[in-house]
Amino acid sequence: MHMADAPYALPDAHGHFGPYGGVFVAETLIPALTELRLAYEEAQSDPAFVAEFEYELKHYVGRPSPIYHAKRWSGLLGGAQIYLKREDLNHTGAHKINNSIGQAMLARRMGKPRVIAETGAGQHGVATATVAARYGMECVVYMGSEDIRRQAANVYRMKLLGATVVPVESGSKTLKDALNEAMRDWVTNIGNTFYIIGTVAGPHPYPMMVRDFQAVIGKECIEQMPDMAGRQPDYVIACVGGGSNAMGIFHPYIEHKQVRLIGVEAAGSGIETGHHAASLTAGRPGVLHGNRTYLLQNEDGQIIETHSISAGLDYPGVGPEHAWLKDINRAEYVGITDAEALQAFHDLCRFEGIIPALESSHALAYAAKLAPTLSSDKVLLVNLSGRGDKDMHTVAEKSGIQF
Amino acid sequence: MSRIQETFKRLASEGRKALIPFITAGDPAPEMTLPLMQALVAGGADIIELGVPFSDPMADGPTIQRASERALAAGMSMRKVLDIVRSFRASGDQTPVVLMGYANPIEAMGAEPFTRAAAEAGVDGVLVVDYPPEECRGFAQTCRAAGLDPVFLLAPTSTEQRYDDVAAVGSGYIYYVSLKGVTGSATLDLDEVAQRIPLIREKVGMPVGVGFGIRDGATAARIACLADAVVIGSRIIEEIEQSSREDAPAKVTAFLRGIREAMDNAGAPQA
Repeated sequence: MHMADAPYALPDAHGHFGPYGGVFVAETLIPALTELRLAYEEAQSDPAFVAEFEYELKHYVGRPSPIYHAKRWSGLLGGAQIYLKREDLNHTGAHKINNSIGQAMLARRMGKPRVIAETGAGQHGVATATVAARYGMECVVYMGSEDIRRQAANVYRMKLLGATVVPVESGSKTLKDALNEAMRDWVTNIGNTFYIIGTVAGPHPYPMMVRDFQAVIGKECIEQMPDMAGRQPDYVIACVGGGSNAMGIFHPYIEHKQVRLIGVEAAGSGIETGHHAASLTAGRPGVLHGNRTYLLQNEDGQIIETHSISAGLDYPGVGPEHAWLKDINRAEYVGITDAEALQAFHDLCRFEGIIPALESSHALAYAAKLAPTLSSDKVLLVNLSGRGDKDMHTVAEKSGIQF
Repeated sequence: MSRIQETFKRLASEGRKALIPFITAGDPAPEMTLPLMQALVAGGADIIELGVPFSDPMADGPTIQRASERALAAGMSMRKVLDIVRSFRASGDQTPVVLMGYANPIEAMGAEPFTRAAAEAGVDGVLVVDYPPEECRGFAQTCRAAGLDPVFLLAPTSTEQRYDDVAAVGSGYIYYVSLKGVTGSATLDLDEVAQRIPLIREKVGMPVGVGFGIRDGATAARIACLADAVVIGSRIIEEIEQSSREDAPAKVTAFLRGIREAMDNAGAPQA
């Protein structure tokens, strides 16, 4: 790539990150996406919009989220120092709300009274239901019936917040099917409805817009790390399903070329078993959900069912910018199995008194593998993207405990 | 001139409009598709839209989703779809066939191998739902080089700029999606169609078919007075769903014949 020295400024005007991204949707959605792109461009350059977003992040979400030095765990692992970006301390318990607020503000600005969302683990659904309640908007959340079973507590939270949760029974009954159904709702109700996509995937401008709203995570880290560790980290580690928390922390670090960016995918029962959700590690480029990216698919181009202990990573695609960062070797992508993630989950509970989300536990597990191989003056920054309260049921079940 | 263009030219000289039924290849079983295609021709089909099943049919309503799921469960694949078209041609039938589906099964095969194999099998056109003009200039060229018409959608929400964009890359005909929503939705705004079609036809210089939401002869007849072609999909899939496998072809022929008669009796094309 001869562009290695040019400043990173993707996507291009058509939403492309190299060969990835784009606007692969039916004609019916094109005008709505054009309207959204123009509204977003206008909002971005409006200081009042930017100021309101910052105000909301500070006073409603509780930002900036702290960085915490996990000294005891680092000591026990015996190597590099692990720092945690505490997105789990945000209102609603995960990074998802950063983006939901941004898009709901945009919906209000565009005069759309109804918002819809897809959700896997339920964190994006909860964040969107929360913001919809706050702004007095109608909210419909699509969720695979398999995920509804796995994440009952979050389903109840959404209902408490006034949202309608629609179970999706088609396909594998998980996140990808919820996304299909939300798209169908949007195309049918395009006049009054804003689709709040929760990850850095989908048709342009979503991957860019969600990244921009989540980039607050990385921007804060760049300010906080010198105070916390005396310098920027050697590694930034984040879990990747669709990839929004990872993109949020990676993006501001792309130009910091000495910082290694590591995305951790769900290797499920192991990549070799075929039961996983590691699209960048084991997938091939293709087109799904409005963008070209790495996909888990069979030889005939049919999307295959994925597996992960964490509903939030159980997705056969990945944001197109991650696909590009992988191809240009700016970020590396690795896999962590269900068992490894569970171990990290328990370790963080016991050694640091923090209950992490199962999604974030994948990033923690990779940090725990990497730290002992490095000297104690190395610095790892892990995005602790959410808290694990929602996962009590799953973890207890794995340990053979019934409530 | 392509077989699709010839069909529209012949129909125009006869003062008739094209009837374009849609079925999903492999639904309910791969061996049913050839007899069902022949049943469509017997019912008066001028062009057949043959759905290539996809695991994630985002633009389709529940009826076509179910058809897609049944077809995939029965082992349908792109190569098998092409085999079916090959058998259809081997049976001597010259009715144009347009493959309709999603981008990923085509990308998995590769654009060039796909277009070459499709043309060789006897396919006439390709409509890829999630390839809008801006994402498929290369693919549209590859199609035309192989002798296939790349068919595009327009919608009630499309701006006039979109008419030009589609005209620049498409050929064969334009498929006007007559309502906002997914396939099989209930309502159709005839006034909207009446207003839009002449404008689109003038801009794109191609025949315009109308589909999404056409469920009976009366609606088909009114559309036939406004547009160049009537596309019917979900309603035929329902007919197949509700029939036994033995009865399905005859039921489909009878249903389509009703539509055909209603269209032809709608009288001479109106000004």
